[in-house]
Amino acid sequence: MSSETKILKKSSVQKLIEILASANIRLMAPQKKGAALIFAETKSASEISYDHIQTDLSAKSVLFPQTEEILSYSYAGRDVNMKEREAESFPELVLFGARPCESSAIGLLNAVFTWDTQDVFFKTRLAKTTVITIGCKKFDEYCFCTSVGCSPADKRFSDIFMTPVSDEEFYVESLTKKGDDLIKRAAAVFTMANKTIDVEKELAKVPVLFDIDALNKKLPDLFNRVEIWKEQSLRCLGCGACAYACPACACFDIQDESGKEGGKRLRCWDSCGFSTFTLHTSGHNPRHIQAERWRQRVMHKFSYFKDRLKSIACVGCGRCSRNCPVDMNLSEHLKSLMEA
Amino acid sequence: MEKLINIARGLLESGKVKTIIGYVEGPTGRIRAAFIRKPEECSKLLINQNCIQNLAVYLLKPEIREFGRPAVIANIATQRSVLQLAQECQIADGEIDVIGFYAGNTIVEFKNFTEIEQRLKEVKLELTSDDAKLIEKINAMDTKQKWQFWVDEFSRCIKCYACRSSCPMCYCSRCLCDCNQPQILSAPSHLLGNLEWHITRAMHLAGRCVACGDCGRACPVGIPLHILTMKIAEDVLKNFGKRAGTTLVKEYALSSFKNDDREDFIK
Repeated sequence: MSSETKILKKSSVQKLIEILASANIRLMAPQKKGAALIFAETKSASEISYDHIQTDLSAKSVLFPQTEEILSYSYAGRDVNMKEREAESFPELVLFGARPCESSAIGLLNAVFTWDTQDVFFKTRLAKTTVITIGCKKFDEYCFCTSVGCSPADKRFSDIFMTPVSDEEFYVESLTKKGDDLIKRAAAVFTMANKTIDVEKELAKVPVLFDIDALNKKLPDLFNRVEIWKEQSLRCLGCGACAYACPACACFDIQDESGKEGGKRLRCWDSCGFSTFTLHTSGHNPRHIQAERWRQRVMHKFSYFKDRLKSIACVGCGRCSRNCPVDMNLSEHLKSLMEA
Repeated sequence: MEKLINIARGLLESGKVKTIIGYVEGPTGRIRAAFIRKPEECSKLLINQNCIQNLAVYLLKPEIREFGRPAVIANIATQRSVLQLAQECQIADGEIDVIGFYAGNTIVEFKNFTEIEQRLKEVKLELTSDDAKLIEKINAMDTKQKWQFWVDEFSRCIKCYACRSSCPMCYCSRCLCDCNQPQILSAPSHLLGNLEWHITRAMHLAGRCVACGDCGRACPVGIPLHILTMKIAEDVLKNFGKRAGTTLVKEYALSSFKNDDREDFIK
């Protein structure tokens, strides 16, 4: 939006948090909780981590919480009183320090949650969240954003994009009205940038590992090559660490929790890697071995999602592979699918 | 290494074994499990101090058993799991081959499970110093502090069940926490649901955990949940004189009844 670029000093972030807090806006940023680096509400700038490659869990939970109440009910004699959750009461948020890949993954979540039914919870959260992305100066052997159409300078779904120009300073570009509004609100912490910089030049150069369009075209033909999926998934243990760490996985399950006086209906993350994901009431399971669940994970992200929603459902952040307890490495397996 | 590769190759060439469950190096340098079925691929196998995954977790996986008789390259934790799985009638002696390895890369090809039992008697089964230190730290807390410690840790749990999946002793084909008719444990990942899961898990593994630590290593949010079952294992040893994964004799500390069982811990 605004063509004016600004500078934000790390030392001013505390002031930013205070300005936002005075307007009842919460700042969610990467910070250490126990042994894990995750996004959580931050009151002190000293808690914010900047130096990581990726957080352990993505920023997904800010817009799509792992467990979310969607309605509650109470009993009154023989009647049941239902109460829908009022999305309007959600707080205003600033998602601070997301990586470009996970910010662009918001677009994938948005595609799912506005595909047919308009998901009021996701849409309201997104409308009330200002996304401040920090471009990547470095990457590791698990990153493959450039192979799936993203990059360390990807600005999609960011309201403000910040490029580290020194250890202490960020070069700030506002991309939307929400970004402009935030800079206006916190004008005291931003200073004018005295020159324009070539952001892409400042940021990491992640090598391209495979041709995503060719892979997308090839996948339908690989569906019946059972031996490939079996071989790749032999060591997979069928947990949900990959899906839950993923910024783009959006599957959920509905759980009712009831007590004597009433109860709640909750939306909870789910994962196609679990054997119970497709288990029928009859006891039949159409995906009865892990190979079929692994194939579903790959096909959904790199074939079906594109057919339906025009995009690949992966941003190459590498969290699935970093977090996998048995070293299932997505980019390696995608490369080997190209060679199959 | 040469010896290991030769044993593995020999087993596959003779046709006695159809797959070697062992360790190889992945493209990022991480050690991972591999299932070698061709003698010429045995040269990829390796053992070193990073071969810590408990490979016994794969012994009951249907896709792997489909290949035919397996041989497992077994660190001490894996050997202990083999004994515990045999004791719990999940695998039978003679059904699998076990190739043990120890510090200094000593390799032992076991003829039967009794040999593993004998060999483990000579091995000191101690917790790593990090784990022992953490248990000591928690022991020093009062009840309220302990509760707060675990509430803080488990509030981070995302219920991905990597702890369950990585554990060779979590072999139920349908886990209690997946049952919903009736719903026994709270499924959502809120604090209550997380605590219900972890307390149930720890109690189900009480006296059965072989202290491999894979559940803690598998956790994507770094919860040291392995400490719970390790601590229980130490308590079971202290109170009942039994350590899981050291014997083939079927005698659970916590589910076998004897007339002269101690009762002084019941308050």
